Amino acid sequence: MSITYLEAIRAAQAKALDEDPTVFIYGQDIGPFGGAFKATKNLYTAHPDRVLDAPISEDAIIGAAVGAAIEGMRPIVEMQFADFSSIGFNQIVNQAATLFWRTNVPCPITIRLPSGGTPGSGPFHSQSMEAIYAHYPGLVVLTPATVEDAYSMLLDAIALDDPVIFCEHKFLYYHLKAEALPDKNLPIGKARIARSGKHATVVTYSAMVHEALRAADELQRENVDIEVVDLRSVKPIDTDTVLGSVARTGRLLAVGEAFPWGGVTAEIISRATCEGFHLLDGPPQRLNARDTPIPYHPDLWAVHRPNAQSIVHAVRRLIRF
Amino acid sequence: MTEALRLNARDAKAKSGGQDSFIEAYRWMVLGRVFEDKIASLYRAGKIVGGVYLGRGQEAFSTALASQLREGDIYSPLIRDLSGRLAFGESVLDSMRTYLGSVEGPMRGRDGNIHYGRPLAGMPAMISHLGAMVPVVSGMLMARRITGRLGDAVGAVTMGDGGTSTGAFHEGLNMAAVERLPLVVSVANNQFAYSTPTSRQYACADLVDRARGYGIEGYSVDALNLREALDTFRNAIDRARSGHGPQMVVGTLLRLNGHGEHDDAAYVPDELRNSRLGQDCLILARKQLIENGWLDETKCETIDAEAIRKVAEALSIAQREHTPDPYAENWEALHTRHLVEGSHTTTP
Repeated sequence: MSITYLEAIRAAQAKALDEDPTVFIYGQDIGPFGGAFKATKNLYTAHPDRVLDAPISEDAIIGAAVGAAIEGMRPIVEMQFADFSSIGFNQIVNQAATLFWRTNVPCPITIRLPSGGTPGSGPFHSQSMEAIYAHYPGLVVLTPATVEDAYSMLLDAIALDDPVIFCEHKFLYYHLKAEALPDKNLPIGKARIARSGKHATVVTYSAMVHEALRAADELQRENVDIEVVDLRSVKPIDTDTVLGSVARTGRLLAVGEAFPWGGVTAEIISRATCEGFHLLDGPPQRLNARDTPIPYHPDLWAVHRPNAQSIVHAVRRLIRF
Repeated sequence: MTEALRLNARDAKAKSGGQDSFIEAYRWMVLGRVFEDKIASLYRAGKIVGGVYLGRGQEAFSTALASQLREGDIYSPLIRDLSGRLAFGESVLDSMRTYLGSVEGPMRGRDGNIHYGRPLAGMPAMISHLGAMVPVVSGMLMARRITGRLGDAVGAVTMGDGGTSTGAFHEGLNMAAVERLPLVVSVANNQFAYSTPTSRQYACADLVDRARGYGIEGYSVDALNLREALDTFRNAIDRARSGHGPQMVVGTLLRLNGHGEHDDAAYVPDELRNSRLGQDCLILARKQLIENGWLDETKCETIDAEAIRKVAEALSIAQREHTPDPYAENWEALHTRHLVEGSHTTTP
C-alpha cells in the first residue's frame, strides 16, 4: 500500500469535503472530468453540488472564491497550472490578500497552484510563482516537498482563516510515494531538517528538496555532510530553523527552482546575513533557475533549473571559502 | 453573519412603484448631493486626505437601484454611488468617517474615501481595479446557493462605461450568466472614463448590446429620469429574484464633475455639457415632484434642510474622533496571528 503526492492532495480534498459542508472546489475541468492532473478525480461523484467546473476565467474564479469566503465558505480553487494564476493575480493580491486587513473579515481560501517544471512543459506550464505571492502581505505561501506534507499542509491550509497559495509540485505528483498518510505533522510555518549534516546547510523547498538530498548522497562520498532544510512554508519563513542550522554548519546555500532575481533564496540569504552574520564562516550562496523563460526541450530544461549536480558543484565551492 | 445592512425602513407602498418610491429615492439623492458638496468643500480646504470622487449627475441612477434592494440583498457600489450607499443603508456618519480617516469608521483609516464597505452586511468594500467586484458578488451569491441560504436575494454590482472594458467585468458577467445567478449589473454610461470618451472605450452601438452576447437580459434607460430608472431597476430586480438570471441595466447620463475633485474635466466639450445629457437629475426629479403635486417647494426645502442637518451633524462627530495612531496600529495582515512574519527589514 503506497500513496502518491497527487493522491495525497486528492485525499486531503476528499476529507475536507466530507467533513466540512462549507468547503467547495472551483476550477477548470475539475468536475466530472476530475481535473487536468486528476487531483479531483471522483470528488464530483461524491459531492456534485460542491465540485464545480468553472469557465476559463481565472480572475472570476478567484474573485468568486473571495465572495464565497465573505459568505462563510472555505473554497478551494484549482488553477490548472500555476502559470495561469497570472490572470487571477489581481484578485489574489488585491482582493483576497487585502480583505482581512481592510475590512476585518477573514478570507479562508486555498488556491492550489500546480507548480514547477517537468520535461517538455515549456515556458507557460512550468513556472514557480511562490516568490511573487510571498511578496504580498496578507497571503500564506506553502511549498510541500513530501507526500505527508502535501496531505497535512493542504488540510491545514483549508482550515486556515487566511488566503493560502498552495504550491504543489507537478514533478512530484506521480513518482513521489509514501506508505501512509500522516495523522499529525509539523504545523504550518515550521521548517523541517530533511537530513542532518555538519559541513554546510542547504535551505530549499518543494521539488528541490529531493535534488538536494541526491546531492547530499553524492557529497557524502567525498566526506562532505550537508544539512538539508526543507522550508515547507515560504511565507512565513521559519528563520529560526534556518539560523539554527547555519549555527551548526557555518555555511549556507539557498536553492530554489524559481527565476533568480529576488525571491525566496534571496530572502533566505538576506535573513541569514542580517540576523546570523556572526554564524557564517563564508559568504552565503544561492542557486536558482537561469534568467530566461523555461525551455521546452528536456535537455535544455534539465540544466535550466538547479539539479543534484549543480547543487554538488555549488556546495563544493561553498566549502572552499 | 451579522445583520443585513439594508435596514432603511420602507412600507409596502414604497415597493409599489408609486410616488412613495420616487420621494424616497429623491431624499437619498438630496442627501448624497449635500454630503458630496460638503466633502468637495472639505477637500478644497485641505481637510481630506487623498482623493475625492463624486457622483454628481448620477444620483438618480445610483439611488434607483440601491433604494429598491431589500434586507438580505447584496450591493457592491463603485466610486460614484454615494447616494446609492446611503439608500442601501450605510450611515452618513460612517461615510463621513471613512473620508476623514476616523478609527471609528468601518475602514479605521486603513482605507479611505469611497473604498469602504461592510462585507458581512452585504456591502463588499470595492477595490480600485474596475470589474473586480463582479466575480466577488457572484461568488457571494454562489455560496448562498450552495449552502441553501440564497432564498430570493439578489446581488447588485455597479459599473461605469470604462469598467465594462476590463477582463474582470467580462469574466465575472460571463460566469454569472453560466451560473444563472440573480445578479443585477448596473452600468452608468457617463460618457467619460476619467478623460477617455466612449468613442475610445467601445465600438458597439450601445453597451446594452453586450447583454445579448452574455445570454442575459439587458435594458437601456435614460438615467436622468428617476421615474424611468426606478421602473427599469424594479423590473430587473424582480426578474433576477424570480430566476431569470443576470440582468444588465445601462443608464445614459453625463458625469457632472471631474473624475475626481483634482480634475476640472476641461476635456468635456461645451456642446455636450449644454446638451440635454448635461442636465442635473436632481433638479429634474424635484421639478417632477412639484409638477406632479407630490411635494411643494416648502416640503422640498424641508428635505434639503434635513439633509444639511444630517451631514453637518455627522461631520461634527467625525471631526472630533481619533485618526489612526501609527504606534498603536496592529500592523498584521493575517487573521492567523502566529503566522505573521517578524519585522525582518522594518525598523521596530
